[in-house]
Amino acid sequence: MYGFEALTFNIHGGYLEAIVRGHRAGLLTTADYNNLCQCENLDDIKMHLSATKYGPYLQNEPSPLHTTTIVEKCTLKLVDDYKHMLCQATEPMSTFLEYIRYGHMIDNVVLIVTGTLHERDVQELIEKCHPLGMFDSIATLAVAQNMRELYRLVLVDTPLAPYFSECLTSEDLDDMNIEIMRNTLYKAYLEDFYKFCQKLGGATAEIMSDLLAFEADRRAVNITINSIGTELTREDRKKLYSNFGLLYPYGHEELAICEDIDQVRGVMEKYPPYQAIFSKMSYGESQMLDKAFYEEEVRRLCLAFEQQFHYGVFFAYMRLREQEIRNLMWISECVAQNQKSRIHDSVVYMF
Amino acid sequence: MITTIAVRDRRMSGMGVDASSWGAALVRISPYTFSAIGIAISIGVSVLGAAWGIYITGSSLIGAAIEAPRITSKNLISVIFCEAVAIYGVIVAIILQTKLESVPTSKMYDAESLRAGYAIFASGIIVGFANLVCGLCVGIIGSSCALSDAQNSTLFVKILVIEIFGSALGLFGVIVGIIMSAQATWPTKLISGIFIVIWILSLVSRRKNLCEDSESFFWDS
Repeated sequence: MYGFEALTFNIHGGYLEAIVRGHRAGLLTTADYNNLCQCENLDDIKMHLSATKYGPYLQNEPSPLHTTTIVEKCTLKLVDDYKHMLCQATEPMSTFLEYIRYGHMIDNVVLIVTGTLHERDVQELIEKCHPLGMFDSIATLAVAQNMRELYRLVLVDTPLAPYFSECLTSEDLDDMNIEIMRNTLYKAYLEDFYKFCQKLGGATAEIMSDLLAFEADRRAVNITINSIGTELTREDRKKLYSNFGLLYPYGHEELAICEDIDQVRGVMEKYPPYQAIFSKMSYGESQMLDKAFYEEEVRRLCLAFEQQFHYGVFFAYMRLREQEIRNLMWISECVAQNQKSRIHDSVVYMF
Repeated sequence: MITTIAVRDRRMSGMGVDASSWGAALVRISPYTFSAIGIAISIGVSVLGAAWGIYITGSSLIGAAIEAPRITSKNLISVIFCEAVAIYGVIVAIILQTKLESVPTSKMYDAESLRAGYAIFASGIIVGFANLVCGLCVGIIGSSCALSDAQNSTLFVKILVIEIFGSALGLFGVIVGIIMSAQATWPTKLISGIFIVIWILSLVSRRKNLCEDSESFFWDS
């Protein structure tokens, strides 16, 4: 019952919620980012990061460092935190935590299939996969020729199996189809996650609905903008939108017929939460849109920590860590390539 | 058999209930049953509230202390506040059980006796449930206190003030419960008092008779 979670949540979830809030206190602040932005090279970055929670993961790295090494080790911390929480969790929290991984699994599947299409080596691709999205038999993905084989050989044993029902065609895998497959899988995953959160009820349902609805709307806008000018038809585009969120169903109808960015802007400005995002950008500019969306997402994720006794804090923590790793990657790349003026283009400050 | 039923009917109508109704069944429950249930609720439900509060606080405290070990000693205060709630329940249960007295069977269903039984029962319920919700309240606030203290140590004292107000709720219950239990006077004292008075009077009158007899004896001799 909503409002009375405080009475029974701590039986199974109290310890883990306290742990995740402790991790959240270790996220980098604006002061840390300012220090990092003033570094001259990657060794300086490593020195600054050794004072944060990333210290134990980076201290044994020999110089010269690469950007990819830094990102890899920081991702390792995220994975360690996640695995520690997952092994302590009971139902339904363990199912909730598993759901957080499926997005990464989908990204890994698409990465390997695309890489195979472009004749890359499987081992090299597996090393590039996100560690949270690994599953057994992921290497077998390189063997599949079309989607039906993909499903039959590999994916039927993974948790992604139920998301595949709309994708089962015998078409060959090419770039366009792979992108459509990615978006269809992600749509099914988001809807499934949304239904699961609704079933949990209470504060979890309310907070996760808001976060997932924003995710769905953001993906709808990105799909629209990326498919302007391609041969994706309007009906196909509409099939890729999730059926929940602020834009469902009327916003989706209007987005499906958009042909350029200003029309997209016209559609989105009818919705007050998104009007604030789009008003920050002047006409004709779309590079800032990604950063504006990230900022809005981070704002909502930080708000999830304001309430106690729900599962949304776990989801929010994982997303905030991922954003932080993206920030670190951007800063490292700018420092390594000596373009420090562009650092502030893409760093999203959290607190 | 018929005379006892007639006596019972007269007594019931004296008390204002129809002899074959649920009300009649209620007033025929022994006041000791009510008293015993009251004492059990006083201690049992208080301890339930205290335990509930302690686990809510304790699980958050343990998890938060991993990243911020400095909070452990201060935040044990929250656990102590929850424990105090259980102690209130024990104290009131001990007080209530000293109020139990024996009543002769003829007096057991008198209004005075029923009143004493109900007073102990009500006192137990008051204390039990006030302590249940007090323990819950203090436990939930204690959990938030531990998590906030781990993030920002200036918040601890401020949230402790909220907890102190919460623990006052249990104290209200104890006060009202003890006042209620002072009502628990059983009828024996009055009757035995009358017996004692009669017995003393009889002693005095016997002594007076003895003196008059001895005086007349002296006069005669």
